[in-house]
Parts: sequence; structure tokens; C-alpha cells
Amino acid sequence: MPEEVFLIGSLTPQAPSTMASRGGGRGRGRGQLTFSVEAVGIGKGDALPPPTLQPSPLFPPLEFRPVPLPSGEEGEYVLALKQELRGAMRQLPYFIRPAVPKRDVERYSDKYQMSGPIDNAIDWNPDWRRLPRELKIRVRKLQKERTTILLPKRPPKTTEDKEDTIQKLETLEKKEEEVTSEEDEEKEEEEEKEEEEEEEYDEEEHEEETDYIMSYFDNGEDFGGDSDDNMDEAIY
Amino acid sequence: MTQAEIKLCSLLLQEHFGEIVEKIGVHLIRTGSQPLRVIAHDTGTSLDQVKKALCVLIQHNLVIHRVHKRGVVEYEAQCSRVLRMLRYPRYIYTAKTLYSDTGELLVEELLLNGKMTMSAVVKKVADRLTETMEGQYCSHAVSRGVDGKNMDYAEVSNTFVRLADTHFVQRCPVVPATENSDPGPPPPAPTLVISEKDMYLVPKLSLIGKGKRRRSSDEDATGEPKAKRPKHTSDNKEPIPDDGIYWQANLDRFHQHFRDQAIVSAVANRMDQTSSEIVRTMLRMSEITTSSSAPFTQPLSSNEIFRSLPVGYNISKQVLDQYLTLLADDPLEFVGKSGDSGGGMYVINRNDQAKTLLSDLDPWHEDLHKALGCLSTASLESVVQERFGSRCARIFRLVLQKKHLEQKQVEDFAMIPAKEAKDMLYKMLSENFISLQSVANLIERRQFETKENKRLLEKSQRVEAIIASMQATGAEEAQLQEIEEMITAPERQQLETLKRNVNKLDACEIQVDETIFLLESYIESTLKRQ
Repeated sequence: MPEEVFLIGSLTPQAPSTMASRGGGRGRGRGQLTFSVEAVGIGKGDALPPPTLQPSPLFPPLEFRPVPLPSGEEGEYVLALKQELRGAMRQLPYFIRPAVPKRDVERYSDKYQMSGPIDNAIDWNPDWRRLPRELKIRVRKLQKERTTILLPKRPPKTTEDKEDTIQKLETLEKKEEEVTSEEDEEKEEEEEKEEEEEEEYDEEEHEEETDYIMSYFDNGEDFGGDSDDNMDEAIY
Repeated sequence: MTQAEIKLCSLLLQEHFGEIVEKIGVHLIRTGSQPLRVIAHDTGTSLDQVKKALCVLIQHNLVIHRVHKRGVVEYEAQCSRVLRMLRYPRYIYTAKTLYSDTGELLVEELLLNGKMTMSAVVKKVADRLTETMEGQYCSHAVSRGVDGKNMDYAEVSNTFVRLADTHFVQRCPVVPATENSDPGPPPPAPTLVISEKDMYLVPKLSLIGKGKRRRSSDEDATGEPKAKRPKHTSDNKEPIPDDGIYWQANLDRFHQHFRDQAIVSAVANRMDQTSSEIVRTMLRMSEITTSSSAPFTQPLSSNEIFRSLPVGYNISKQVLDQYLTLLADDPLEFVGKSGDSGGGMYVINRNDQAKTLLSDLDPWHEDLHKALGCLSTASLESVVQERFGSRCARIFRLVLQKKHLEQKQVEDFAMIPAKEAKDMLYKMLSENFISLQSVANLIERRQFETKENKRLLEKSQRVEAIIASMQATGAEEAQLQEIEEMITAPERQQLETLKRNVNKLDACEIQVDETIFLLESYIESTLKRQ
């Protein structure tokens, strides 16, 4: 970091004549400083160190040897632990990555990629009872984007009636075209009061939108990246 | 907050939580308490991002919220708590030395997640231990509560209880139970409270079960592979017995442990191994009878101490008494004598009183202040001696002994010209500041090195992954060789150098943090005195 260069010479109690004339009635023949010179420890008439005319050297020679680094079993273990923790924290949902900037052209694979929690929802489950209410992120429907619609809690798809399914699909279709309206917001509020757990990104809901089961889709980016021990299937 | 501290906070937040959390966190550290919308506006961040960041920061006990007048909620960062992240490996390793792998993982999970319920952390740790023990069936695993290849919840629970009993983990403040008679809208944010007596109270849980191996959860009941990664595991649907009761690591307790360790090693250096063992025994006995904020331990009788000495230390009672007397008489006063009953009553001095060493003590209070100051002094002295030479160390000792030192006295006592003395004092004061700056520099350098070699690192990771998967499918030696050669010899060299440098930088961070801890302990206890 850059060293501050003090012009020590200017701290002398005897001010040069130019300052005295500038002071007018205020100056009493000595430069007014914001601190008491004696308190710092500079007595009257002391020879001050010579002025510093250049920044101090970048790597000054060491007067004494540096303290040795931690070594041995404990040192090694703590070091490995530190590095492991660093990696681990990056994988946790608390590590928030900035949103990937939208690409210029909408690509087909976008529909199948999950680049992050939808609509900025949180990836983990805070205890909302402990937090200010304003921090709760409401999942909103957005125009022109895929929407996540909050429906009242319903049983898994496989157990539903066919008719119900068709009905729901139609409702969904209609909703996709709607703009966020007062009515919907009200409905959301109601739902929020009823079941707070549903507010986060729900994979099941999201999956409705595509024809395929999300986790089956592999766009090849992970090729070679996973190395599970004892893989039963061959990799081609 | 100094610039150095802010810079270091910024780097730590960035490494642990990413840029967005870093931006919000640093902003709060700089500006102090602020409401949500002001934060968003001042940092130019979207409201949603700010909310996410605040949730993370609050979860990790780095930011607290307060309701102000007119219902405005403000958020305040705890800068010193952010700096503690540097010390996480040390806390975890300490837990390992005291409570072995189980303890280690419990503390690790609590630190990584900020706060957790006991049931959640016990299950998580049981799962992790089970994973590492996969295929490692051995006899002493059985004695640790491992049934075959799965870790029993009860065993993990027991260790958790011990951590709570010795105050290494503590309960987080809770949402107060709402009274039904209270009309009106709910407050914008809960005011969390905790009473002293509840802080280490372990809820009555009967956690029955064993840790799961990762593989078994890949299949559902029918044996078919689950189609999707379950967002809500089946555990969530069960009622949580200790719902709402969260636990966190008690960093102050760890700090006390570090200080105790340092006292023990200072005694060992100054006297001998036996003396240090006696002091260590006394500290162990005082662990839970003394709250961590108390300045002095409960008096221990020499009879009690004798009974508590570790097995294998066969010194006679008379010899013990001699040691205790020596310790109490030592001018550094690690141990104080506070009575004669029970063969002699002794206390350990834990806090700093270096500045009042030569002044009169209130005879009815023996502060724990002294030993820390002494130990801190002793450690600092050796640091000072090593870095600045013996003349400087001489001055340092003198300054600590007297509250004020006049210039002439420095000259007289230390026989060093005043100018030089002042120069050295200034150097030492700035040492604290420099240490913080150093750590920031170390982190930046390490990040730089990693970024420079990003391409090479990624390549090497890919190659490793390919080799691993090929090995799993039974590839021949020749094929593996071929893949390995994808990384050229000079590249290998570069990777070696990088690894060595990164390790060195990491080790330096750890080392400097130890120095920071010592300096801070001393400063903190000195300030308390005032």
C-alpha cells in the first residue's frame, strides 16, 4: 500500500514567514495544527528525522528472520481442512452466484436448463418465523417468461384423475397468458398464509411445463465431470 | 472499522458466499444500520438479491435485524464476527482434538450452516460419518456406536450433549411465544430473546435411527431409481421434535480454550512439563463451573486437584503442593492462592492485568486478567523479540508494566535513545494493523494465483475425472498412460508450483490469524479493565 509521505520539516514550531503573514490576526507566528505537538512526543527543538523523499522500497531487506510456518500433523491437517472448507462453501446454497446474463437468442435448451432457482427464490429453507417478513421473496408470475403458478396443495400428479389433469392444464395455459393481476396477487396472499412452505421453487410445479423429466436431460456439459466410485454402468 | 478490516471482511465474504452477499455485507459494515430499501438503492442491487443476501447473512449470524420506530426494520452487520470466518478451521480442529471426528463434524456443520436444530445436525453428521465409514468395518468402530456400517444417532447425540455441556455450542435466541391476548397486526420482525439459563439446555429428544449411506437414498421404496432429486425429503414431512430450537457454535468458548492452551504452553515454557499439566488439570476442572465471561475460576483445593490429575501422573501430594506454591509465587501469577482450607485453595488467573501488575490489587478480588496479560505478554514478547530484537522487547515489557512511561524513563530504564524507542513503539502498534492487512494480501495473492492458472487447473481436473472413470471401467495401463500424458511435463511442474504456493499462502493465513488472535485478546482484556 502506498506509504504516506510526511514532510516532517513542516512540523517545526517556527513557521516560515509566509504562514505568519497569511494568518493575519489569527496566526501568532506559528502554524496552527489540529493536534498538540507535545502530545505526540515531539519536544521543542528536537531534531526531527530527515524528510522522506521517495516511497519506501517494495521489498525491504528483513532485519530478522520470519517466524516459521505451522508444520507437522496439526499444521497439515488444519491446512487441508481450510482448503476443503473453501470448496465446500462454494457448493452450499448460501453461495449466491450472480445471475447468468440473458443470452441474445432464446435457445431451445434454455427450457431444460436449470441455471438457478427460478424467480430469485431461495435455494434453502430459512425459518421464516425468525426473519423479518419483508425478506420473504414472493414468487411472481412474469409476462413472457415461464411462470410458476401457485396452486393449492394437491396430491402428486400420478394419482389425479385424467379429467382433473386436463382441466388443470387448461387453466395453466390460460394463466400463462395473463398479466399479473390484482386478483392473482390476492390469491397468492391467501395461499401464502395457508402454506408457507410452497413458496419456494418447486421442481414438481416447474416440471409441468416441459415434456420431459428434467433430471433425465443431460446437455453434455457434465461429461467427465462426475467421478463416482463404483459406477455400475459403463460410460461411453 | 479500519480499512484493513473492511478489506479482509470483503475477501472473506466473497470467498464464502459470493459477490452479491459480499456487496451487501461490506456496505452494511461501512454504513452501519440500514433498512432494506436503502441498501438496495445505495448498492444498486435488486430488492430480491438484497433479500437473498440478507437471509444468508442473518442465517450465519453476521447480520442482525432490529425493529425501529414506525415499524422500520434495520439491518446491522457484525464486522468482528465476519473476521471470525478466518478461524473456522481452527475451531473445527479444536473440536476434533476434544471430541474426535463426531465432535469435529458437528461443529463443522454448525459453522457451515450458521445455525441448525439438534435433530437436523445429528442426522446430518450421522449420515456423513456413515459415508466415510462405508466399507471400513473395524472393531473400534463398533465400540463407537457403529452398528455394522451405519452410525447410530444416539452416539452422535451424546457428543452433541457434551459439546453443549461444555458450552462449545449454544442455543440461538428464540422467537418469543406470542400471547393470544395481544391484539393487532404481527410485528414486521420478531425480536429474538434468550435467557442465560436456557443457553445450554439440551431439548429432550429421543433420536432413534442410524445414518444413511448415500447410495441407499438413491432408490425409493420400490427399488426404482428416483426420477428426480427430491427437494423435500421424506424427513421434512415428519414433525420436528425440537422445532424452532436452533444451535450455533459458541466462538467465545473456543477463544477461551485457545487462551487456556496458551497459558498451559506458557507455563510449560517458563517452568516445566509437570507444572503445565497441573495448570491444565485445574483449567479442565474449571471448565464448566466457570462461565466464560467470569474473570476468575472457582477456587480449587489442592486435594481436589490431586484427585483430578491425569492417570499416570504419579507425583505425591507433597510434591503437588510444592508445585502449587511455586506457581502461586511466580511473579507472572498464573495461579493465585486464595485460602488455606482443603490443603490450600488455588485459582487460575485468566484475564489480563499486566498494566496493574505493579499497582495495588484489591485483596478481595483476584482477577483472571493477569495470566492472559502475562501469557499474551510472553507470547508477544517472543514475537517482538524475534521480529524487532531484544532492545525492543525490553521496552515492550516496560510499557506493559507501567501505565504511562515518560520519555525520560524510557531512556533511563531501557537505556535506548528516546527517538529510537518511539520509533520502535510505533512499529509495534502498527503491527496489529499490518497483520490484518497481511491476511487480506495473502488471500488476494492466492486468488490471483488460482485465476492465473485457471485453464490449467480445469484441464487437470478433467483429466483426473477421465482417468477415474476409465479406471472404474477397467481400462488398461496403456490407455491410462495415454490420458495422463495429456498433461505435459512443464504443465505438471506448473501445477506443482501452484499447489506449493497456494499451500504456503494458506498456511500463512492461518499463522497470521494466530497472531491476530493474541493481539486482539490482549487488547480486549485490557479494554475491559478500563
